[in-house]
Amino acid sequence: MGSWSADAGGQRHVFDGLPHLLAAASPRRSGDELAGIAAGSDAERVAARFALADLPLRAFLSETVIPYEADEVTRLILDTHDAAAFAPVAHLTVGGLRDWLLSHEADAAALAALSPGLTPEMVAAVSKLMRNQDLIAVARKRRVVTSFRSTLGLEGRLATRLQPNHPTDDPRGIAASTLDGLLNGSGDAVIGVNPASDSVPNAMALLEMLDGLRERYAIPTQTCVLTHVTNAIEIMRRGAPVDLVFQSVAGTEGANRGFGVDLSILREAHDAALSLGRGGPSGEVMYFETGQGSALSAEAHHGVDQQTLEARAYAVCRAFRPLLVNTVVGFIGPEYLYDGKQIIRAGLEDHFCGKLLGLPMGVDVCYTNHAEADGDDMDGLMTLLAVAGVHFLICVPGADDIMLNYQSLSFHDVLALRTVLGLRPAPEFEAWLERMGIARPDGAIRPPELAASRLLSLAREAGGG
Amino acid sequence: MAEAPTLDPWARLRAATRARIGLGGAGDALPLREVLGFQMAHALARDAVHAPLDVAALEAALHPHPVLRARSMAPDRGTYLRRPDLGRRLQEMEEPPAGPFDVAFVLADGLSATAVQRHAAPVLHACLARLPGWRVAPAVIATEGRVALGDEIGARLGARLVAVLIGERPGLSVPDSLGIYLTFDPRPGRRDSERNCISNIHAVGGLSPEPAAAKLAWLMREALTRKLTGTGLKDDTDPAALAAPAPPPGP
Repeated sequence: MGSWSADAGGQRHVFDGLPHLLAAASPRRSGDELAGIAAGSDAERVAARFALADLPLRAFLSETVIPYEADEVTRLILDTHDAAAFAPVAHLTVGGLRDWLLSHEADAAALAALSPGLTPEMVAAVSKLMRNQDLIAVARKRRVVTSFRSTLGLEGRLATRLQPNHPTDDPRGIAASTLDGLLNGSGDAVIGVNPASDSVPNAMALLEMLDGLRERYAIPTQTCVLTHVTNAIEIMRRGAPVDLVFQSVAGTEGANRGFGVDLSILREAHDAALSLGRGGPSGEVMYFETGQGSALSAEAHHGVDQQTLEARAYAVCRAFRPLLVNTVVGFIGPEYLYDGKQIIRAGLEDHFCGKLLGLPMGVDVCYTNHAEADGDDMDGLMTLLAVAGVHFLICVPGADDIMLNYQSLSFHDVLALRTVLGLRPAPEFEAWLERMGIARPDGAIRPPELAASRLLSLAREAGGG
Repeated sequence: MAEAPTLDPWARLRAATRARIGLGGAGDALPLREVLGFQMAHALARDAVHAPLDVAALEAALHPHPVLRARSMAPDRGTYLRRPDLGRRLQEMEEPPAGPFDVAFVLADGLSATAVQRHAAPVLHACLARLPGWRVAPAVIATEGRVALGDEIGARLGARLVAVLIGERPGLSVPDSLGIYLTFDPRPGRRDSERNCISNIHAVGGLSPEPAAAKLAWLMREALTRKLTGTGLKDDTDPAALAAPAPPPGP
């Protein structure tokens, strides 16, 4: 086990082991304080960053934060590490990597080539030495393009997941929220419902409804019912139309067990989804959600800080070539991310780390009512992420998710963001919006009156005639 | 002959969902009335999180059932929100009478004291009416409490069951939703999978006190018969069985 030290204000701080060093160098957040691993003072935090800056990147290949023998995520990370891709930065320290990432020679192609050579721990470590503007500047250079019926992640584009949840899974209520989202130009990444009930027949009924709607109106997007992966396997076996297989994942084997999954069950689901042949030639058929704090919540954190563990979850995602990944950044509560400042920082870290590792990284910009955050904080985070080139954002009617009882972005928020920053939907979806009279030929989205819209027949179905 | 008035096509859709659909707009933004309505809902939810429990008023509402007061190790609301572990541990409790008891009720503020203030006493009275012959401990009113605080309280009272009535995390549409967690053989270290939960007890289309109490009494009787709670005790309540009072438990 390595030991590092640094002086701060006339005091020597010693950090024994990588987990201690990484945790102490992390920006302050309530989850690490709850776990008892945060820096004891602001000076100790910066001292840890000085020590971390001098750490050779190679150290992460010889010293693990969770033992190889004890954790299949560690084994996945080390067994799939690409030494050739790592070679260009193999001589650098963590601080040296920070400077190189920001350099002008580290362009989109160089960053893309580097991704398989980076481990989650390296990426988490370097993020701890980066200010918010650094996280934005580097993430913006790293575009990740994925495709199914729509092409996502292109320069100048911002996609959305339309999340039409309903507390009792009423198909008419879900159709009504879907209609509202489509009229506001939302849904090019996915139309994805979190079901209130975890039953297989319920999920199948919702899938049939959404797929029928998508087919009837020829909408170039994907649909998803975010049910457990074992349900998805059963649903595919029964022949329901599954575009994307969803699962929440975390950065340790134990936390994944808490979610009821391991790598082999994810592999089984991935194979089953590919065999349906619904996706495009890219074979991107998985959708993952993550979020800082899940491993601590599952009591499976091994004394590692929550941001490093979050980056390790991205190694799990990366192994299955997902169409979509998003962190649900403010959902878990103030004991993990206390306020708007901590949520904003975590959102930028997660987006940066995911992108640098090569993931199509989106964010659920959100908060709960017991966190010290509000809509103004979300306005800030969504704007920062859009500038950073986020793959997609989640939106719900009026920012109010009536099933999960938290606040995400509204369809209106994304309309404003698109206008302010000149960002357009996925090209196939944009063409559809224009055909439906929702977008103008110049790309501007102007939600039509429902009574005059080409989706009025959908309103009649959802409204019961 | 006058034409029939044109109906707002959103009206039918709003009957299918409480979601904030068809809001209109000011440019890309939401209309001001929607912005202010949202801010008011958020303010009510935040007030519910931060409002203190009026213990004296709750004690009066529980009359004539006796009450003990308790508080967790979280000294204030800010600490409570950051340190759920402290909310699960008992700082102090008034001296209880000698047991043993079949069941203890703990009324904890949780994340919405408003919910406990409004709904806990009616649920408790309705439940007690269904438990003739049961040895029921004094109700414990606990402040800055989490669900697992009931484990330590139940153990200290020597109760075979503990039912924790606690304020759920407030949502925008319902800031005062009450939840109930039932645990057999309570003692520190019980896992969440060893509890049964009844949630969404509130007045905005949620479960009302009578059916909530009926469900709770059913679960209590089953728990004592089968000597367990949690994932092993499925909530397959027969609606007909709910009407009958729970017979007294065996000794």
